[in-house]
Amino acid sequence: MSQKIIRVAGPAAQACDMGASFMGEVVKLGAMGLIGEVIRIEEDIATIQVYEDTTGLMPGDPVERSGEEFSVELGPGLLGGIYDGVQRPLGLLASGWGNFISRGAQVPRLDRSAKWDFHPIVAPGQMVTGGGELGHVLETALIIHKIMVPHGVSGEVAKVFPGKRTITEPVVELRDGTRLFMRQKWNIRKPRPVHKRLPSTRPLVTGQRVIDSLFPIALGGAGIIPGGFGSGKTVLEQTIAKHSEARIIVYIGCGERGNEMADTLEQLRELTDPGTGRPLMERTILIANTSNMPVAAREASIYTGVTIAEYYRDMGYDVVALADSTSRWAEALREISSRMEEIPGEEGYPPYLAGRLGAFYERAGKVTVAGRQETGSLTIIGAVSPPGGDFSEPVTQASLRMASTFWGLDSQLAYQRHFPAINWRTSFSLTHRAMSRWFTENVGDKWPTMIAKTQAILQREEELEEIAQIVGADSMEEKERAALEAGRIIREGYLRQSAVHPVDVCCPLPRQMKTLETILGFISAMTAAVGRGALLEDIITSPLVERLLRLKEAPPEGLEPLMESLREEYRTFFDSLEEK
Amino acid sequence: MSRSIVTEYQTVDAVKGPLIFVRGIKGISYGELATVTTGPETSMLGQVIEISDKFAALQVFGPTRGISPATARVRFHGEPIEMSLSPLILGRMFKGDGAPMDGAPPLIPAHRRDISGAAINPVRRELPRDFMMTGVSAIDGLNTLARGQKLPIFSGAGLPANELANLIINNAGLAGEGGRFALVFAGMGITGREADYFYNSFHQSGAIERSVVFLNLAGDPVIERFITPRLALTAAEYLAFDLDFHVLVALTDMTNYCNALREISSAREEIPGRRGYPGYMYTDLAGLYERAGRIKGKPGSITQIPILTMPDDDITHPIADLTGYITEGQIVLDRDLNRKGIFPPINALPSLSRLMDHAIGADSTREDHRQLADQLYMLYARGVEQRRVASIIGEEGLTEADRGFVRFADRFEKDFIHQGESRRDLEQTLAAGWALLEGMEDRDLVRVSREMINKYRPERGDDGLDEDKQT
Ligand SMILES: Nc1ncnc2c1ncn2[C@@H]1O[C@H](COP(=O)(O)OP(=O)(O)O)[C@@H](O)[C@H]1O
Ligand SMILES: [Mg+2]
Repeated sequence: MSQKIIRVAGPAAQACDMGASFMGEVVKLGAMGLIGEVIRIEEDIATIQVYEDTTGLMPGDPVERSGEEFSVELGPGLLGGIYDGVQRPLGLLASGWGNFISRGAQVPRLDRSAKWDFHPIVAPGQMVTGGGELGHVLETALIIHKIMVPHGVSGEVAKVFPGKRTITEPVVELRDGTRLFMRQKWNIRKPRPVHKRLPSTRPLVTGQRVIDSLFPIALGGAGIIPGGFGSGKTVLEQTIAKHSEARIIVYIGCGERGNEMADTLEQLRELTDPGTGRPLMERTILIANTSNMPVAAREASIYTGVTIAEYYRDMGYDVVALADSTSRWAEALREISSRMEEIPGEEGYPPYLAGRLGAFYERAGKVTVAGRQETGSLTIIGAVSPPGGDFSEPVTQASLRMASTFWGLDSQLAYQRHFPAINWRTSFSLTHRAMSRWFTENVGDKWPTMIAKTQAILQREEELEEIAQIVGADSMEEKERAALEAGRIIREGYLRQSAVHPVDVCCPLPRQMKTLETILGFISAMTAAVGRGALLEDIITSPLVERLLRLKEAPPEGLEPLMESLREEYRTFFDSLEEK
Repeated sequence: MSRSIVTEYQTVDAVKGPLIFVRGIKGISYGELATVTTGPETSMLGQVIEISDKFAALQVFGPTRGISPATARVRFHGEPIEMSLSPLILGRMFKGDGAPMDGAPPLIPAHRRDISGAAINPVRRELPRDFMMTGVSAIDGLNTLARGQKLPIFSGAGLPANELANLIINNAGLAGEGGRFALVFAGMGITGREADYFYNSFHQSGAIERSVVFLNLAGDPVIERFITPRLALTAAEYLAFDLDFHVLVALTDMTNYCNALREISSAREEIPGRRGYPGYMYTDLAGLYERAGRIKGKPGSITQIPILTMPDDDITHPIADLTGYITEGQIVLDRDLNRKGIFPPINALPSLSRLMDHAIGADSTREDHRQLADQLYMLYARGVEQRRVASIIGEEGLTEADRGFVRFADRFEKDFIHQGESRRDLEQTLAAGWALLEGMEDRDLVRVSREMINKYRPERGDDGLDEDKQT
């Protein structure tokens, strides 16, 4: 073995005598055995992206080739876990190496000692192919984990081993002697194959009113959340992790704060699934490669996360992968690229930035899974952190071209503490139309009209705001001021939603429908009354307005009668105005 | 990693800005510390920032002017930059490179630690939840600080950031923690006058005995600023996680630190990111700011108050921007408020404490805290907006209701944000907030619940004493 390090610069190293290596090969560097991946080979010199801090490496240090591609380990035991960007379990690192992340720690990705009760669904003599189901184990109280035939493998089942097994014991043996295990490996940079991609016609219900009502994201869609610091990206991602109707969540903390990961972990351990009372962590996997952890592992983290997400999609689940923040991934890419002395593109990012981002979001989708007649979906939602909050920068622009849903966060709204600070003027959902049938069938016939009405009110408010800034609201007609008031009621009473209020934090779709109906009913009545000459002042000083705005905070018990009586009262109220 | 044989080279090839290139080296590792001797009495420290089988690139922490490749000698230490630590570090003052500047001898080390630190494993982090009172209404009331938080002050040239930092240090630190409080102060490129200001104030308050001070003054080597905060944070980690202190770390001025980074980067001819700052500045700053927090099972904590000067008061400038993306909020100072004589001139709207929700509430501060803060924010934001409109169309163009919001904004700045040199406890802060809501229309008070209004809002002319409240 004569492979040796010849150069070290930050997260990149070069080694000689590497002609026999291949792109993506895992290597170990130096006496500590730091993990790296080969990302360029020129003649016999390989450039290696090193997943750990390179301090202490020196020219002449040995490089050990593994002969394997960089991959994640997939199998039962993933759920509930928290891993770094290259899938090292952080819990295990902590128990072995203490409070600080240390280098050269070699730990198994999945627990080798845990026993899983394997329930086979195949029998000897049966033919199986890649993606086919061999059986399942109950991974957590919330999730059945399907054990699938690794892609590329097929044959006739010879032996089946039901019952309690570890992931290193075979569960099925094929006629040709191939042994199949509950774990498999997959190269993180390669999308897992699917049978067929399907159009998505139903939304991922998030429980966030502004999203589900105005800018819904499709199951299998790709959404982005760009916003300056403090505009609410992380809170929105966390809220979706907690309250959306996904079966599996993969939350990727990519180059962000350590405390946020600790917070996410804690919340998901405490919050329970309403149906079963089990902690939400049992349906969740966290990838935490915080801003001060190695940059190269940050680059890998989104792929590690999305590969795990695809694996659960392949079991037939609706999976949501949340990445916070993709900009930090792009910066990691830029740093590695610059250490490799590649020719930079816009703002120093490598020219292949857009291509890589595109390939990442393309891994989202609703699909028929490979090898079985089942559908699954992977929805990807990426936060974007544009420098200076300026959306014209390369990462936001490249992401924008890939996204089917765009939730643009607005710092001005955040300053007013209007959360979620999703700007209703700039945000969009390209798949909204494709989902309208689902909404009509599942929420109500009137839903599309109500949404159009809501949008019209906001639009009108915006136009009038502009006029008010020129002529002053004081000189506007009563009718116009009523339209301004209508906009305010929609914003305050409907769009704004608190992530810390116990009730308001999640608003199920039926409730969104009823709340909006009550609010729009009031607005129509108000507009009509003003049209007939009622004074706006008399309406907006009524305590009814305040009750309308507080509707979203009312506990679910007794909500129905509360809304009914509110509607009753405002009808009476407007009638009484009439008589005056 | 350390070698027993220290290697010295006289093969300096080139000197470029703060960088020195050494040829023909062997057995030198990435990140290693070096001493560069440039004359009979002069030497300075450097660090290997790139290494190959042919050369090593050193970033040196002193002035390279006058260095001659012909005479310079470079000695490699075989280990990264480390510092000595012992309990006797409290009360000491060091220069920006860690040399004692108080006349006392160097510390006899009980420990030596790599100053670049290591990342706290996220699963070992304990969320900061303890309310830390600063005595400043705009912070305690609206952007509450938690012990273990990193909360920077975004200042502008000539704005009283130091005075505010000083207030926080005196109130939050000394008042709260009894004997377990320690202060770590790192000055980077600050003026002698600023250094004296802090020094005198720490003296007066007695904090000096519980402080560790690192000073790189404006005239000191620029590149030294690269290590000053790392020394400070290594000392802080030792005090917090070995000796169980609650440590408050003040880092000022981060703008000077970032400019040092820019200088190194341009000397390396790296492709610059925004406004000439290196593309890795986010990661570099995160390596400092993330060294705040708490660790499970440990009583100590590190709270960070970095101070930075926004060039041109521009919050989108990379230094402020990247800081805001890493820290747990920011306290933003405002020139207009300062001009109006408001102290501290904190602009509440862009200010934020991300850990506030963890640190407040019925069990730690008061049940109405969150709601009251939200309500004040909403009214103030509307007032500021209407003030802007009025500046275009004139006050007369506003409706009476909108004029009410403008009046609210004025009162908010004058009676709530402004407090001069005085210190308000939490009760006083919350009372000042509720007093502002007096006389506002109920329909504009939807961010506070009815129940809280009835309980806490003073009636018109209320003297603050409990009275039967009518609804
Ligand atoms: N839906 C929400 N409800 C209440 N507060 C919110 C909400 N979203 C954001 N916030 C507030 O804004 C702060 C910043 O949000 P965060 O998601 O951390 O921003 P970003 O990730 O964009 O920097 C949070 O600490 C919280 O105080
Ligand atoms: Mg965030």
